[in-house]
Amino acid sequence: MTETSLYVLQQLINGLTIGSTYALIAIGYTMVYGIIGMINFAHGEVYMIGTYTAFITIIGLLTMGVGSLPIVMLLALMTAIIISSTYGYAIERVAYRPLRGGPRLIPLITAIGMSIFLQNYIRLAQGSRDLAMPALVSGGIQFGDPAVFEVSISWMQLIIWVVTLISMTALALFISRSRLGRACRACAQDLKMTNLLGIDTNRIIALTFVIGAALAAVAGVLLGLYYGTINPYIGFMAGLKAFTAAVLGGIGSIPGAMLGGLILGVTEALTAAFFPSEYKDVVAFSLLVLILLFRPTGLLGKPEVEKV
Amino acid sequence: MSENLLDVSGLMMRFGGLLAVDNVSLQVKPRQIHSVIGPNGAGKTTVFNCISGFYKPTGGEIRYRGQPIQGMTGHRISLLGLVRTFQHVRLFANMTVIENLLVAQHRHLNTNYFAGLVKTPSYRRRQREAMDRAAHWLQQVDLLEFANREAGNLSYGQQRRLEIARCMVTEPGLLMLDEPAAGLNPKETSELDQLILRLRDEQDISVLLIEHDMGLVMGISDHITVINQGAPLADGTPDQVRQNPDVIKAYLGES
Amino acid sequence: MQRALFPALFAAGVTFLLTCLVIGVRLEQEGPNLTVVGADAETWSWIGFAVIVVFLFQLFQQPLSRLKQRLPSPDVTGLLPDHKLRARLRPWLIALVVVGLFVWPFMVSRGAVDLATLTLIYVMLGLGLNIVVGFAGLLDLGYVAFYAVGAYTYALLSEYYGLSFWVCLPIAGLLAATFGCILGFPVLRLRGDYLAIVTLGFGEIIRILLNNWTNVTGGPNGIGGIEKPSLFGLEFSRRASEGGQTFHEFFGISYNSSHKVIFLYLVAVLLVLLTIYVINRIQRMPIGRAWEALREDEIACRSLGLNPTVIKLSAFTMGASFAGFAGCFFAARQGFISPESFTFIESAIILAIVVLGGMGSQLGVILAAIAMTILPELAREFQEYRMLMFGGVMVLMMLWRPQGLLPMKRPHLELKTS
Repeated sequence: MTETSLYVLQQLINGLTIGSTYALIAIGYTMVYGIIGMINFAHGEVYMIGTYTAFITIIGLLTMGVGSLPIVMLLALMTAIIISSTYGYAIERVAYRPLRGGPRLIPLITAIGMSIFLQNYIRLAQGSRDLAMPALVSGGIQFGDPAVFEVSISWMQLIIWVVTLISMTALALFISRSRLGRACRACAQDLKMTNLLGIDTNRIIALTFVIGAALAAVAGVLLGLYYGTINPYIGFMAGLKAFTAAVLGGIGSIPGAMLGGLILGVTEALTAAFFPSEYKDVVAFSLLVLILLFRPTGLLGKPEVEKV
Repeated sequence: MSENLLDVSGLMMRFGGLLAVDNVSLQVKPRQIHSVIGPNGAGKTTVFNCISGFYKPTGGEIRYRGQPIQGMTGHRISLLGLVRTFQHVRLFANMTVIENLLVAQHRHLNTNYFAGLVKTPSYRRRQREAMDRAAHWLQQVDLLEFANREAGNLSYGQQRRLEIARCMVTEPGLLMLDEPAAGLNPKETSELDQLILRLRDEQDISVLLIEHDMGLVMGISDHITVINQGAPLADGTPDQVRQNPDVIKAYLGES
Repeated sequence: MQRALFPALFAAGVTFLLTCLVIGVRLEQEGPNLTVVGADAETWSWIGFAVIVVFLFQLFQQPLSRLKQRLPSPDVTGLLPDHKLRARLRPWLIALVVVGLFVWPFMVSRGAVDLATLTLIYVMLGLGLNIVVGFAGLLDLGYVAFYAVGAYTYALLSEYYGLSFWVCLPIAGLLAATFGCILGFPVLRLRGDYLAIVTLGFGEIIRILLNNWTNVTGGPNGIGGIEKPSLFGLEFSRRASEGGQTFHEFFGISYNSSHKVIFLYLVAVLLVLLTIYVINRIQRMPIGRAWEALREDEIACRSLGLNPTVIKLSAFTMGASFAGFAGCFFAARQGFISPESFTFIESAIILAIVVLGGMGSQLGVILAAIAMTILPELAREFQEYRMLMFGGVMVLMMLWRPQGLLPMKRPHLELKTS
């Protein structure tokens, strides 16, 4: 293989890694939008809080002398999920539930306010500087010709793929098999009707926020370990990217969010391969604008009929 | 051909696999009250939405004063003189009654920014005319005393009348009313009756009416088209329709 | 009470989870090593306090809300003078405020005048965004892009072509309006929340482009040494530039740097007064009413022959042009601009001003802009909490009073009855 094609392969691998975390975050946007039709702008901050809790847990456990890597990672994952889910729940309960049924822009403004609030809350509590952690997992597998270009897949990337795959499968099973999952799907179809049938829709909506937050926390732990640095502002960009992924796949559609995340990750990585890397954000935003303009239903979304 | 104000022929509207309107035709003559009736879900409002440009019909032809209008956007059709009301009142609820009427006269008032900023004499004159027209129609629908009230605070019957007045200030050629009597009490319904008749007789316009209230329809219509399950069932004067066996079976027989 | 116990315990638990790790423990970076430090006793006692308050509040929620219902809600409208008297007092009040605006800077410190100038910029931005969000009901999250266009227009024209502030001001407004038109045209048929995200995307794209187009915009280093406005050609510097003349030489007074500050302030006042006048007029023009009608019901608008795209576009363009003016003035006042000044946070601040003031209400927006810029300056401790406060205000306002502190009043129109 030539140098360029190996290079592209490497970028594809990197893109799939980032893309799968986008997909995890995107599910939170898409599920909430599918049920109550609002863009939960604060979702990116929930992800950011997930990374912070993961860092705190990992460093805490390491200082306490817990050396086993799987245990540390598992505990970090669990703590992050618990704390982020609590945030997801609390945000919905305090800021969104009282506004249900009002004009559409009001909850969006609330969500933006919530996002700014949480960002600065973490900034005040944890400082605004970048925090860096030495890599927990190093090494990986290399292939390709060392003389031309060596493609590498790090263990961390493999972990990200595996964990993403497990989370997605768990979600898919939950949605398709469990009773609550069925209620979730019913709510997405027709919230009012589901309510009339005696299902506590408030509870289902809260559950949606919790699931979305938990998946965002998983993404937070994975990306935090992958990059090794965090600051209170990472949630904004990650949130926007994930939202783009959700829209790309068709907002409201869970498989769409997965697909959209992967496509966006790969597109970004390939852009970064051939252009200055600053422009990869421009590509993501342009993609968002173009999809909304020309195919607002995304790749897998259903069209909406205007009601007169 | 051109004696018809509105000429709908072979109208089709398909949503995915559902054929909501199947080959509907109707002709509205000048200065007539033409009603479209049919059981719930018969596709009456869909016909309305096609004529007024809110849906793009999948087939057929709609002509207004001889000019084909199918597929035009809603606001262009309205500018031609086809103005409609809605099944669920759609007022600008947080604006006052007068403001509602002024918005409706947008096309008469549409001036350039400069004229409005310095209040040129012609701008002032046009504003005054708009206010007078608004006052005239408020008097017609008996809402003058509520002129500065927010539209959302009016009673339901008043909101219905305001919606009609809002259509009338645009000086339409064909007024399309979508179930105007829904939710009104008998007294309000009979007032509405009189209002619609007055519009036809004094304003030289035609009215296309969708209505459930059979008393109202039979009493004031010049012509009735019956639709059932998206397809035309009968067409004629109130007497002809009343005696049509199909109609009795599908519609009147039920109630 | 017993029934409330479980929810109260639950709420207290949630509060504890929300605070324990994130506030109770702090990450500290020492060189390459990251460590965790437990927060001090004071922080922990605050956490405990918060948990207890939430617990008690949830426990006694029912009695509390019953108590609240029994309290009479104060009626402030009765305290205001009646309709006619207010109409008569109004011109006098406005005249008084305007005179005050012009006299005031000569009596206070330079810093205060400077702060007032900054506030006026936010007033302009707030009023401009109010057209888009408040009147037309279009949530524009990329408003700062037009502000940037205005600022960079002046900075670049002044740097490369030596054009003066007064020449650039209308150009900046026009260019920002053009941008608004070009960006607005494709996106305005989108539904409300999509529109918000797309405008946000546009805002970020413009910022990233400014950041990376280094050979023209200077990239992250920005553009410095931007010329200050002059008074009919008189400069406010200590020494005149080539062929120019300074203000103090012309009037034969000694140089005082506060002249410049006061002059900038007065320019800002003029711009703001002009903005208020124009928006006030437009609001009562057919197009202004059409904006509001569109916010209320787009489908009804279409049925009445109003073209939604054109009307939205005019609101978008008009709002953008005011941001352009404000940006041009901002560049002139700062003398230095960089993409840092045009982040999403800036858009969010302007939105918070509009939301706090009451969407659509001009007086409300003005007061909110003043409060939001002056409060953080009054006390240094506020500065730290400024953004937290902005975010909180947006959430609380939407929950408590979505119409804003001073909701818009409908104009009273007299009809001649015949």
